[in-house]
Amino acid sequence: MKKFLLALLILITPTFVSAKEKVKLGLIAPLTGDVKTFGESSKNAFLIAIEEYSKTGKYEIEPIIIDDKNDPTEGTNGALKLITQNRVKAFVGPLTSKVALPVSEIANSNKVVMLTGTATNPKVTVYDGKRKGFVFRACYIDPFQGTVAATFALKNLKARNAAVLYDVGNDYSKGLAEFFKASFEKGKGKVVSYESYQKDDVDFSALITKIAVKKPDVIYVPDYYNKVALIAKQVREKGIKSPMLGGDGWDSPELIKIAGNAIIGSYFTNHYSPDRKDPVTEKFIKVYKTKHGVVPDALAALSYDATMLLLQSLDKAKKPDSTLIKAELEKTKNFKGSTGIINFDKNGDAVKSTVILKLEKGGAKYVTTIAP
Amino acid sequence: METTAYILQQIVNGIQLGSVYAIIALGYTMVYGVLRLINFAHGDVFMLGAFFVFYLINKFNFPLVTAVILTVCGTAIVAYLIEKIAYKPLRNAPKISLLITAVGVSLFLEYTLSLNIFFTPNYIAFPRPFEVKSYDFFVFSVTNIHIFIFLSTILSLLLLYFLIYKTKQGKAMRAISHDQQTAALMGINIDNIISFTFLIGGALAGLGGILYSIAYPQINVFMGVMPGIKSFVAAVLGGIGVIHGAVLGGFIIGLAEVFVSAFLSSTLRDGVIFLLLFIFLLLRPNGLFGKRIEKV
Repeated sequence: MKKFLLALLILITPTFVSAKEKVKLGLIAPLTGDVKTFGESSKNAFLIAIEEYSKTGKYEIEPIIIDDKNDPTEGTNGALKLITQNRVKAFVGPLTSKVALPVSEIANSNKVVMLTGTATNPKVTVYDGKRKGFVFRACYIDPFQGTVAATFALKNLKARNAAVLYDVGNDYSKGLAEFFKASFEKGKGKVVSYESYQKDDVDFSALITKIAVKKPDVIYVPDYYNKVALIAKQVREKGIKSPMLGGDGWDSPELIKIAGNAIIGSYFTNHYSPDRKDPVTEKFIKVYKTKHGVVPDALAALSYDATMLLLQSLDKAKKPDSTLIKAELEKTKNFKGSTGIINFDKNGDAVKSTVILKLEKGGAKYVTTIAP
Repeated sequence: METTAYILQQIVNGIQLGSVYAIIALGYTMVYGVLRLINFAHGDVFMLGAFFVFYLINKFNFPLVTAVILTVCGTAIVAYLIEKIAYKPLRNAPKISLLITAVGVSLFLEYTLSLNIFFTPNYIAFPRPFEVKSYDFFVFSVTNIHIFIFLSTILSLLLLYFLIYKTKQGKAMRAISHDQQTAALMGINIDNIISFTFLIGGALAGLGGILYSIAYPQINVFMGVMPGIKSFVAAVLGGIGVIHGAVLGGFIIGLAEVFVSAFLSSTLRDGVIFLLLFIFLLLRPNGLFGKRIEKV
């Protein structure tokens, strides 16, 4: 009997210690693989956001982190595990469009709220004209990003001829390439070379020799940093001196480390610049810097915003239920995030401006902001 | 003139890629010759070559030449061990068991090595061990990397020829590939010669890995898959089991890839390579130099 009472006591104790109700919150991110710095940054930010929320929040959050390896199959399995096994009501991620696309279908059909910080492909929230009600994102979408890159190339770089080189098997890369081409041609520019490669390719010599003959003023390479670094090196080895231009997939400290001088002087469109003057941004950067010793990249900042948004909606909802969280997310108005003011449009996409960064010896430097 | 220069430059690109395919294809073809086995783990030994040389140069600060020699020895030993552990117990099993085992070894190597306690699942940038220098010839330019890779391929081909046609081991290898049972009756130690073949094949794969990672400076544990498949196509194209066929096949695949990208579309590239394989299998199933199978 004594033993039984003791066991009962042990069972009851935790409920006295933490009076808050426990809620699980998922994160799906690539912690290993070809874009692992994306996953690392966003995991750090995710945990910072939860820690911050725990000080004042209604619930106690139990984070569950899944590694998707930037592979759609891994991501899908991870999402199913989160939903069926861990029974989460909402999760942050996945970070890349190619994983976010299949995962968004699963989240929506299981009525679990998905809020990605960084997947920019339009099809993540809307497919075939149908809105996936439970899916949201804290960033702008690729048609806007591609258009901004084209406008920047035409107006600021005074480019007349552009070459485009993209990964044909990657929705993110392909989408950006298409939108860039359309806007560049609309602005009376000429796309002299429009070439694609595959994910596992490492030899770009044939394509780059082909591009070199056309003498483009700018080369648009909308892919992730690892591939971009490899391409940049081969571009410079073939003697092409024109600047390269890219998207938010370039945002990794690894890019300059791997590509070195080959990438210096090139530009990319991004979600935020650490130089932004704003109390929320400055506070986040300060916390992140003391914890991890580096300035957070856009992946970190966006994941922080996404997590905060989700936690805020969870807090406002009467109980931790995905339909109620979804309703609160839809009501979001002028959320002050580290990457700017966030409002959702009717598709659940954030309406935000783009910054252009230039890669220099010391890192990425702010050039200009382009509003939607 | 512009067009000639462009074509010449693309040929240089194709030869660089073809050289690497040729070196890997040699290993496929040799193992097939003695064992009638398509060694799917070959592409992963190639990957190991790239990782070994990376770690030797960048973590242990070995000079290039020492690192290359150690890597080639290392991959030779790995290939030898693979044969001893995985293939030898199946010597008398049906060929299909051996083939499935080869696929298993390949997946085992890839996924075990991608664990963080071994290598890593991430991409690693491979700093060039020497500065890239470009030399202009009339209308096109060649880098020292092109020359290094091409010379290495030719040199290893010559060495292999010497080995196979001028040494006793080579003679034994040829005898085994001709008829294993009879060769055994003639007093040839089959197991030793098969092990020897794997040592040479592993060394070649290792060298291929080194050249590949110098040409395209980024490595990961799955880097062997695609070059492995394409080199296999090269070996089939040249006539599997034929040494010079494998080399020629490698150059054909390399040049075809580059020219499809250069004149048609890069999206069609792999499609054209496999279409080539398809056509060859239909019209000349034994490849360019393969011996015709006598009908009894």
